[in-house]
Amino acid sequence: MSTFWSLFIIVISVGSMLGSLWLLFSNARGKMSTEDTGHVWDDDLRENNNPLPRWWLNLFVLTVIFAAIYLAFYPGLGNFAGTLGWTSNKQLAERLQVVEAKREALFSQFRDQDPGALSKNAAALSLGRDVFLNNCAGCHGADAKGAVGFPNLTDHDWLYGGTPETIVATITNGRNGMMPALGPSMDKATLDAVVQTVAHWNDPKLDPAIREKGMAQFNITCMACHGPTGTGNPILGAPNLTDNIWLYGGSTDRIRETLMKGRQGKMPPHQPLLSADEIKVVAAYVYSLSQN
Amino acid sequence: MNHEFIEKNVVWLGVLIVVAISFGGLVEIVPLMFQSSVTQPAPGLPMRTALQVAGRDVYVHEGCYNCHSQMVRGLHEEVLRYGPRSTAGESVWDHPFQWGSKRTGPDLARVGGRYSDDWHITHLMNPRDVVPESNMPSYPWLAEQMLDGDEVRAEMVALKRVGVPFPDDEIEGAAAAVAGKTKMDALIAFLQSLKAPAAAQADATAPAAGGAS
Repeated sequence: MSTFWSLFIIVISVGSMLGSLWLLFSNARGKMSTEDTGHVWDDDLRENNNPLPRWWLNLFVLTVIFAAIYLAFYPGLGNFAGTLGWTSNKQLAERLQVVEAKREALFSQFRDQDPGALSKNAAALSLGRDVFLNNCAGCHGADAKGAVGFPNLTDHDWLYGGTPETIVATITNGRNGMMPALGPSMDKATLDAVVQTVAHWNDPKLDPAIREKGMAQFNITCMACHGPTGTGNPILGAPNLTDNIWLYGGSTDRIRETLMKGRQGKMPPHQPLLSADEIKVVAAYVYSLSQN
Repeated sequence: MNHEFIEKNVVWLGVLIVVAISFGGLVEIVPLMFQSSVTQPAPGLPMRTALQVAGRDVYVHEGCYNCHSQMVRGLHEEVLRYGPRSTAGESVWDHPFQWGSKRTGPDLARVGGRYSDDWHITHLMNPRDVVPESNMPSYPWLAEQMLDGDEVRAEMVALKRVGVPFPDDEIEGAAAAVAGKTKMDALIAFLQSLKAPAAAQADATAPAAGGAS
């Protein structure tokens, strides 16, 4: 702050405090009298002109004294920082330091173990659950059972693999699903056949002619990611189409929509948001959900 | 001083009241208008794109600020939950700023990048689909209403007039940049842009959220 604005603030602040004192004391004098202001109501109610009661006046004086003491200790008078040197940033940093020290004590006990081992440690799981509820539940749900488009983490079915190390990698760096919109390039009969084939992968009642037509197209456009047997590829995050677990729904309508519009499921990277310690315990917690 | 004089001259009464109540504003408001920390953009503050400007407009006209603040206060609880504290310099290009004053929902000043675009679409269409306990209203019409490119351009011109230094080619290209986009697209682009400026992210005293303890 420039010296001008600092002085501007100091002069007005101190001036208004002194002015308040002057006003209070100049109105404190005077004697109790029967002299009234001439106002009369209801025949005989009169307004007298007396000074404020002393105790009442002193309350006002106290507010000025409070202000003076406050401004001596805390920042307020322009560039004068107050004798305590208090700032909100400093207080924030101090309190964060306390929290960080507590966290360090909490997390350091888990540092020499990998997430797989931590998934059997009740204290680590409780901590991991807290991290999960604060950071993951928005998409995957408080019960980790997911929602349409957001994977269920408890069903033993993994897009990118379910080892503790893979879960850590997924949380840290995020994932970008990439199902292209392949439907628009197919003619209607072929698209219908692919939709039916995928929707009824293990259903023996599906017309073999449709399955043959669907598989012929599948082998051209889908096999590269989902594999010749439709069981998916965790390196690409291509889902298993044969296990009746559907991220975007398994009805023919939903599968058609997936083919026509594509799907871009995205897990945001959490490295800047979570510390490595937090990622480790939350990975242990997520891993533990499918270990029963 | 004879208070009878003030009490019986209404003009003097008015003038002296104005003088008395002006002290607070003179001390607390006027000097801020000349403080660079308040009038200059925070280091690394990105300029909004046309789509984000349009999204901000959607945010305002849907009244999001009634339930969501965009102001991480300098309290350790908030910094732990949301991320680096907000600074005045982050809001110098916001007219009006969206600090808000009530949190029925969470603060959004650091929400960018936390969720995927798909999550935002699902959540805006029906928040219960992803957060069963949510009491936020659904906004399905945003996915149907298209943006008006001329309106977005006009808004950028108006913002430039009050000090947001949009480059001219950004303004000229605004209509093309938002062509074919819905209000939903715009709002999500705006929400994804709500992050701490680069300088604040690097500040060691401001760790990112986690909230494990």
